[in-house]
Order: sequence, then C-alpha cells, then structure tokens
Amino acid sequence: MAHATATVDVMRPPAPAERGVDVYNLKLGMWVFLASEVMFFTALIGSYIVLRFGASPNPWAQPGKVLSIQITAFNTFLLICSSVSMVKAYASIADGNVKLMKVWLLVTILCGATFVGIQVYEYTHLIHHGFQPSGFREGSELAELAAADPVKYGAATAGLYGSTFFTMTGFHGFHVTCGVISMTYVFIRALRGKYSQQDHRGIEVIGLYWHFVDLVWIILFTIVYLI
Amino acid sequence: MAETRHAHPPYLLIWLYLFVLTVAEIALAFELPFSRNVKLILLLLLALWKAFLVAMFFMHLKFEKWNLRLIAIVPLPLALILVLAVITEHVW
Repeated sequence: MAHATATVDVMRPPAPAERGVDVYNLKLGMWVFLASEVMFFTALIGSYIVLRFGASPNPWAQPGKVLSIQITAFNTFLLICSSVSMVKAYASIADGNVKLMKVWLLVTILCGATFVGIQVYEYTHLIHHGFQPSGFREGSELAELAAADPVKYGAATAGLYGSTFFTMTGFHGFHVTCGVISMTYVFIRALRGKYSQQDHRGIEVIGLYWHFVDLVWIILFTIVYLI
Repeated sequence: MAETRHAHPPYLLIWLYLFVLTVAEIALAFELPFSRNVKLILLLLLALWKAFLVAMFFMHLKFEKWNLRLIAIVPLPLALILVLAVITEHVW
C-alpha cells in the first residue's frame, strides 16, 4: 500500500488546476474536435488540390460541364439559411425565448435534411448520366460527350475527378447527416424543456458544429464546383 | 450557461453578405470575362471572406477570448504547410 500512495503523490500535478480558456468543457471539447476536423478536411481538400495541380497538362473538366451548378447553388443557399436559423435559435434562447428557439431549431433541421436529400438526388442524377467515382462509365451519356470534347469534359482525368469529388462531398454530406441527427436529438431535448436562458450549452455547441459544416461547404462549393 | 452578455450581431445582415458574395462567385465563375488565373484568385478570396464571416459572427469567434481563438487558428498554418509541402513535388 505504501507503494500505491507514493505513485499517487508522483502523479499529482505540480501546481493547482487552472481555469484555462474559461469556457465550459463541452464547448472546449467541441472546439478541439473542430480543430481536428480542420485537419481531416485539409487532408481531403489538400489531396484534391495536389492531384488537380499535378494532373496538368491534362485538363480537368471545366466548371458546369459535369456537375449541375443550379442545384448546388440552391443547396449552398439552403445551408447558409440554415446557419442563420441556427444562430437565431441560439440568440432566441440567450434572450429567454424558448418557443422561438424551438421554431428556429426546426427550421435548421428541415434545411439540413433538405440539403442531404438534394445531395442524394444530385448523386443519383450524376451516376445515371455516367459520372461515378471511377470516372465516366463506358457507354454513358457523359462518356460520349467526353469522347467528343475531351478538353471541356476532362476525359483524361475523369477518374481522379470522380474519386476526389465523391470522397470530399460524400464526407461533407456525412457530416451534415450527423448534424441533422444530433440536432434532432437536441430538438427533442428542447421540447422536454432541457434548455433555458441560464443553461443552453447544448444549443451553442451543436451550433458550432453546424456552422463549421457550413464553412466547409463554402470552401468545397468554390473549389469543386466553381473553379 | 450564462456568460458575458453582448448585443447580438446583425445576423440577417451577415446572411445578406453571404448571399450576395455567393451570387458574386457564381457570376464571376460563369459570366464575367476574366482570365482563368484572375478568376481563381478572386474566387478563393471570396470563399475565404465568406468562411471568415461565418467563423467570426456565427461561431462567435469575434467575441471569444484569444486563448480560445487560438484553438481555431492553430490548425490553419498547419493546413497550409501540408498542402504547400506536398505540392512542391509538381513545382520542383
């Protein structure tokens, strides 16, 4: 037993615990998680940039040729709206308006779920027209278009384009799906009266995650769809 | 958890900014007659501007203390180093 006591003494911190960044643990934990998420998406987006840069002189498909810009521009708008509704939910509960917070949370969930639905539609549409992770499917509409105009459709780099596109947007869509599921859980807790003006930590923390997912989409939309 | 109270930022104005910047991006990508390299730089700047607005106002980084902001800032140079280091393969 004497040995155990000595070990505990050695493990005791040399100074008393500090207040640190002065925020509650849940929020600090979410920020640290988001920092790791930055590196996760850097790996994906960075690989895409390096592969695309390295594919030169073989051209990458020109913007708007393979992917539908109208649908994704609407999805971008939807995600921006959902970020505003999320922050309005937070502002409402911070002001003590529980009813309004529930309305804004519901709007956010609906926007997020619609985003995922549209992305599934986009994937189905793309695969139907012949764009898949391995490139243009042989005999498909896109394969014929690429054969007729290999520069505009990036025929030589279709495989890289397909795999990077589906990996990046797929992982982002997965994050949005996780966000919608988590927010539904938060919404159910809100209906049960778990959040108040004094304690609305869950709302702020799910909001941080949601805004981060919106932020990643802002970058993805520009580099994948517009450039 | 009640923390330091501050007046809410103008969220709807930020939303309007984000909307206008997105429209500007799409117009720049498909309508405006700039060279490809100019478009590339302008589009990246617009995207970073939008991301900055979301982080500062929606994620409230503008109102946080510096030691919390650092958690968000530290991965950014690392991300840049990672991409730049790997891309050198194609430059040299």
